[in-house]
Amino acid sequence: MTGQASPTALPDVRAPLLGTWRDAPGLRGFLTTVDHKRIAARYVLTAMAMLFLAGLLAVDMRLQLSRPEMERMGPQGFNEAFALHGSTMLFLVSVPVMEAMALWLIPLMLGQRTVAFPRLAAFSYWMYLGGVLMLWIAHALDITPDLGWFEYPPLSGPAYSPGHRADIWAQMITFSEVAALAASVNIAATILKMRPPGMTLARMPLFVWTMLVASLMTIFALPSVMLVTSMLISDRMVATHFFTPAGGGDALLFQHLFWFFGHPEVYIIFIPAIGFVSSIVETFSRRTLFGYVPMVLAVLGIGVLAFGLWVHHMFAVGLPRLGNAFYTAASMAIALPAGLQIFCWIATMWSGRPRYATPMLWVIGFIATFVIGGLSGIMTASSPLDLQLTDTYFVVAHLHYVLVGGALFPLFGAFCYWYPKATGRLMSERWGVIAFLLIVGGFNIGFFPMHLLGLEGMPRRIYTYGPDMGWGTLNLVATIGTFISAAGGLVFTANAWLSLKRGPLAGADPWGGATLEWATSSPPPVHNFDHVPVVDSIAPLWMQESDLPVMTGLRSDLREVLITSVVDAIPQYRQKSPEPSIMPLIAAIATSVLFVGSIFTPWALVWGAIPVAAALTLWFWPKRPRATDGPFGVRRS
Amino acid sequence: MIGLRPMRATGDLSALPDGAMGPTNVVWWGNLGFMLIEGTAFALAIGAYLYLQSQSSSWPPPGDRLPGLLWSGIFTVFLLASEVPNLWVWRRAHGRSASGVRRGTFAMALIGLILVGLRAVELDHLNIRWDGDVYGSVVWMLMVLHSSHLITDLGDTIVQSVWLYTHRIDTDQFSDVQDNSEYWTFVVLAWLPIYVLIYWIPRLA
Amino acid sequence: MNRYALPGVVMLLAGCSGVQSPLNPAGDQALSVRGLLELMTWICGGMYLLVILLLGASLWRARMRPIPEAAPQVEPVDTGLSRGLVAWAALIFAGLTVLIAASFLVDRRLASARDREALVVRVTGHQWWWRLRYRDPATGAWIETANELHLPAGRTARIELGSADVIHSFWVPNVAGKMDVIPGRINRIDVTPRRTGWFRGQCAEFCGTQHAHMAFDVKVDRPADFDDWLASEKRPAAIPADATARRGMAIVTEGPCAACHVVRGTDAKGRAGPDLTHLGSRRSIAAGTLRLSRGALQGWIAQPQAIKPGTLMPAIALEPADADAAARYLEALR
Repeated sequence: MTGQASPTALPDVRAPLLGTWRDAPGLRGFLTTVDHKRIAARYVLTAMAMLFLAGLLAVDMRLQLSRPEMERMGPQGFNEAFALHGSTMLFLVSVPVMEAMALWLIPLMLGQRTVAFPRLAAFSYWMYLGGVLMLWIAHALDITPDLGWFEYPPLSGPAYSPGHRADIWAQMITFSEVAALAASVNIAATILKMRPPGMTLARMPLFVWTMLVASLMTIFALPSVMLVTSMLISDRMVATHFFTPAGGGDALLFQHLFWFFGHPEVYIIFIPAIGFVSSIVETFSRRTLFGYVPMVLAVLGIGVLAFGLWVHHMFAVGLPRLGNAFYTAASMAIALPAGLQIFCWIATMWSGRPRYATPMLWVIGFIATFVIGGLSGIMTASSPLDLQLTDTYFVVAHLHYVLVGGALFPLFGAFCYWYPKATGRLMSERWGVIAFLLIVGGFNIGFFPMHLLGLEGMPRRIYTYGPDMGWGTLNLVATIGTFISAAGGLVFTANAWLSLKRGPLAGADPWGGATLEWATSSPPPVHNFDHVPVVDSIAPLWMQESDLPVMTGLRSDLREVLITSVVDAIPQYRQKSPEPSIMPLIAAIATSVLFVGSIFTPWALVWGAIPVAAALTLWFWPKRPRATDGPFGVRRS
Repeated sequence: MIGLRPMRATGDLSALPDGAMGPTNVVWWGNLGFMLIEGTAFALAIGAYLYLQSQSSSWPPPGDRLPGLLWSGIFTVFLLASEVPNLWVWRRAHGRSASGVRRGTFAMALIGLILVGLRAVELDHLNIRWDGDVYGSVVWMLMVLHSSHLITDLGDTIVQSVWLYTHRIDTDQFSDVQDNSEYWTFVVLAWLPIYVLIYWIPRLA
Repeated sequence: MNRYALPGVVMLLAGCSGVQSPLNPAGDQALSVRGLLELMTWICGGMYLLVILLLGASLWRARMRPIPEAAPQVEPVDTGLSRGLVAWAALIFAGLTVLIAASFLVDRRLASARDREALVVRVTGHQWWWRLRYRDPATGAWIETANELHLPAGRTARIELGSADVIHSFWVPNVAGKMDVIPGRINRIDVTPRRTGWFRGQCAEFCGTQHAHMAFDVKVDRPADFDDWLASEKRPAAIPADATARRGMAIVTEGPCAACHVVRGTDAKGRAGPDLTHLGSRRSIAAGTLRLSRGALQGWIAQPQAIKPGTLMPAIALEPADADAAARYLEALR
């Protein structure tokens, strides 16, 4: 029920809202906050710290491989390095950072005060941090996983990997998947039920579409890896026979379940990047995205198709040939929606008025780099050709081109693009260009030779190679390239850090954006918006000539958000939003104890469940007045 | 660089209700999300079971006994029957009856306790260990998956029951009761394909 | 550009010998795949150039136009671009159809290699070496060797792959693509080498600490030479004439080596490690890690962990004279 307010002065609710929505001061505030922006910021910073550590491992490995028979690292050290590098990048950087960006941006793009489940967002971060700590403390204690980022049994089974390294890997996945699933449910619910009045599905910014699709994909893909890693731990700990041939188990079952997750996983990483690129291209071409409908359909198509491709990771395991041919066709088919998207972005730039600030440079770097990765993917999609290419440096090149080119470059662009919104200051353009050239140039020098190394017969995951293989020169070039790229990363970080204090002030809308996050101040107040913006087009800030239509009426003396309908975003009711709480942290600690304990004994699952149950009960215990009727009602005095 | 725009009021939200039930409520969507996650896990576990069955020349493998029909049958009948009081509670919540949801949730908690007990007996009569061979492993995996959902929902129901008796109930809490009731239905429905797969398909094949 | 331009450029860049390379096909399967690789490189390379040209053109076009401070465009009419999108989609569709069809045809050709009288070779992957067994055409018995695969040119060999422990992958890129070696199942790959010479295979699935050093030499022989080789492999171990080597024989076949190694015709009957009956005729030892020589043998026996850390071969401490005798014996096992 919305009445027509007379066009008089809006009630000034900023001060009460600031009071209602603020966090407790100091450490207590830090531990109890449910402010999606604070949680997302620490999520992003932790992920960037992990990127740095994983990058150090990469530098280490590249040094070891730069010449034949280097003795810098022995096999154990190298195997730990590539396992830790891959696991960190895929489970503790790529997926979490995309969710974190969504956690930060989605309420702002939707004109909302917070996400649908603020305490769940806090829980998600603490669980993620638990995974980070478990893996890296294990590394400090020398029980580093050392079997790669996908630890195939029987090698990872009890017979060939005694000790706890493989269990650490499997449980780290459990931590990060719980965090990811929690974040995805949160983001999907927010997108479906908390849009501004008037923002029908057909008017959602493309970034919102991509996060919806990525969140739904997460919900359907991640249970597979949770299941399969639990089965592996079970084989190792209580002697089940899921993957041991002696007991009738099947090593390929692991691969099927793992890749059923693993292939959608890489699209879960890439699809949000599609959203970043679309937002940047739109703003910096000064026109709405060309082909909005094909773009949305392409994202949906990729999201669905991604679940039907996983066998292309298993072309060499000896499955029936005709099955392989089907997966070849399906894997190549996904190039169609992806290719359409490339056209739409270029067409937007073609017909718009592009400006070349740093975010746009990253988009250009993305297109130039990611397309190479996509094309090498088409090559590996062919099952007969893949029998030569799989498990060689060709695949290492391919996966880095699509993940770095297709996800990290858009991420860096997005970081530069929304940095002013988050901090109130602009990053340095000059140093941004230098960082861009070093990173993108260095990356291509570093990884392009790896295509050739794969074609020269160099397998993956080897800690050294002989001098007469002829791989030395290209490996040296690759190492030099990665060093250049790493230097660029340091420049980028320094730029981000120094601009916090020294960057020019940005104001609310430094780039002239179209979407709602640019309608609030930079940085936004703790409650994001004083009133609820109303939307009647796909580019709200570009369509409104001077002033922004809003709806008043949400309470400012308690935490309240607007819930709208799924398709047409019609206001439905006002939902109370939770106060800051320590319970997400307590629940995460209890769950972490359960997870870590279950590496050492299965009884941890039973005893550890008790504190988890207690924590969850306290968390969800509604704060309402005591009953005054019924057998347990209190007497009113 | 563009600064903050002025705003103009076009509507007032204060007349909107401050609670909702069913799919209107945002929490319902969170529960749906979790059911999709767990449903996917069930589907994949069932897929693993079928895959392992297809890789075996005989199922169960030679030397393995079939799991017992008696206690699993009793459990299944009782579980299906529990849907009757479950749906009754749902309707009481829909009708905003405080006494109805209090009594109904308490009853569901008792029913849940009995079912967990029956499940324990059923597990005792599976006639196979999880560490004997892959058949035992995958049967136990499905049973453990389902049992953990049973226990979790029982815990939820007990806590809810205590809370309902000691607090004043409003729209959000009626909605919670409905959500819990729907989750119970999910637990019941998830059991059916697992029951058929484990207890009947090997006997009929 | 002729068909050798691509590999030529690559090999120039790499300065390699091409003994472990899909770009240097010496067998039917690798040749078919190389053809497919070239087709895909041209088509994919062409698409990439097209994308870069379009990107460059769109950026250039913008530079040429003035940048007024006009209002941003919201959903302008884009008929020309819409037609362009359809054309682009058609182009991608056509390209993918060609590639899918080509891939399917090559796949079929790989599968039809089966010869009625294929040579059967059983390969078993171990951590970190290869057991090879050939079927004796006369008796049907299995002739065993390790770490060096010989194949007759012009004849299809059916390789049956099994694993003794974890997942490995059998890969001789000059001859064919790879096939995983998976415990609990037998995989098969048909290879038809054409060109004689030495090549190299390497394990291509991470299998533990010394995955990097699990290679094997591959010799493609003329059929007559292959038959000679197989006949000589069939013979039991040679008894050396030299006295020192004879002493070495006693050390090897009656000492600790016998616990893990077979030397056919002697008392050494251990199955845990590679068959040594004809070690002296092989090119390398420790699964392609070291070129065969007396010094290499001595070093490997004395300090295997220094050469291949993590290897399951234990260090065998021998007096220098004994070590020399053992190495001479092993060298003489041709």
